[in-house]
Amino acid sequence: MWKFLVPMGVFLALIVLFALGLNPNRDIRALPSPLLGKPAPAFQLSDVLDPARNVSNASFQGQIYVFNAWGTWCVPCREEQETLLAIAKQGVVPIIGLNFNDDRTRAQRWLRELGNPYTAVAFDPDERVAIDWGVYGAPETFLVDQHGRVIYKYISPLTLEVWQTEFLPRIQAARRSGGA
Amino acid sequence: MMRAAVLAAALLFAGAAAPLWGLDLDVHGQLKDPVLQARFEELTKQLRCLVCQNESIADSNAPLAEDLRREVREMLSAGKSDTEILDFMTARYGEFVRFKTPLEGKTLMIWGSPFLLLGLGALVIFRVTRARARMPFDDEPAPGP
Repeated sequence: MWKFLVPMGVFLALIVLFALGLNPNRDIRALPSPLLGKPAPAFQLSDVLDPARNVSNASFQGQIYVFNAWGTWCVPCREEQETLLAIAKQGVVPIIGLNFNDDRTRAQRWLRELGNPYTAVAFDPDERVAIDWGVYGAPETFLVDQHGRVIYKYISPLTLEVWQTEFLPRIQAARRSGGA
Repeated sequence: MMRAAVLAAALLFAGAAAPLWGLDLDVHGQLKDPVLQARFEELTKQLRCLVCQNESIADSNAPLAEDLRREVREMLSAGKSDTEILDFMTARYGEFVRFKTPLEGKTLMIWGSPFLLLGLGALVIFRVTRARARMPFDDEPAPGP
């Protein structure tokens, strides 16, 4: 009996291991964010479009918002821009942009040419705020609830499908749980 | 002969280029205090560059690695301890940023599995050899009449 069960058990364990490890839908570069469930790191930076204006997440306190890190050097961000514009049009929650490791003129030109889905875009040339948020690539998108906690992080370009299946339900759940 | 000459030339070039790469990575300059610089080198070797995931931030020239080296340098100058610096990175990027996995409850599997497998292997060998020892020597000539 054992002669049969033990190899069979080992075989099944290997199948499970391979199914999890070799799943083609799993992005092996996407890392879980240690920020999840924790307060969003505070920041205060100048606005990409108007250097005299400040952008800070303190002014979005009590609101659910999306925080999107991007740069003009990031090719997939260009593809994502269309989705962001469509999401902005729905007007569900404000989108705050974080332009990092970039050049202000280039970022301004990008927003002029491709359209601006952001309520405000913070300018982070030396990547300090991006590091505080644990951003290691672009685009990366965070969802922050009305209590200022990071509730979700998505790595790689947003699509409307991801928005509908991952973001909207979480936004609705956060709204139902009380607050704004 | 030709091959040896090419090899020698390649080695020469590699040798000449290596220090240049080293300098290139340290664009922000060395720390003045040699003790701090030594700690800087040790720490940046222990931190993973998340853009090029199998390189340390000491070896990578990705913009993120460069900025993380700047953070480490600034924290060292501000008198932060190694633990504080590693905690700063782990709080932002998770355990994955550390090449040296700490021994904790959730990492027990990582540290324990080699010993577990070694034990399993020993058990298998033990059982197989014991079973073999019990087998009759069938290649010996049968006792004749």
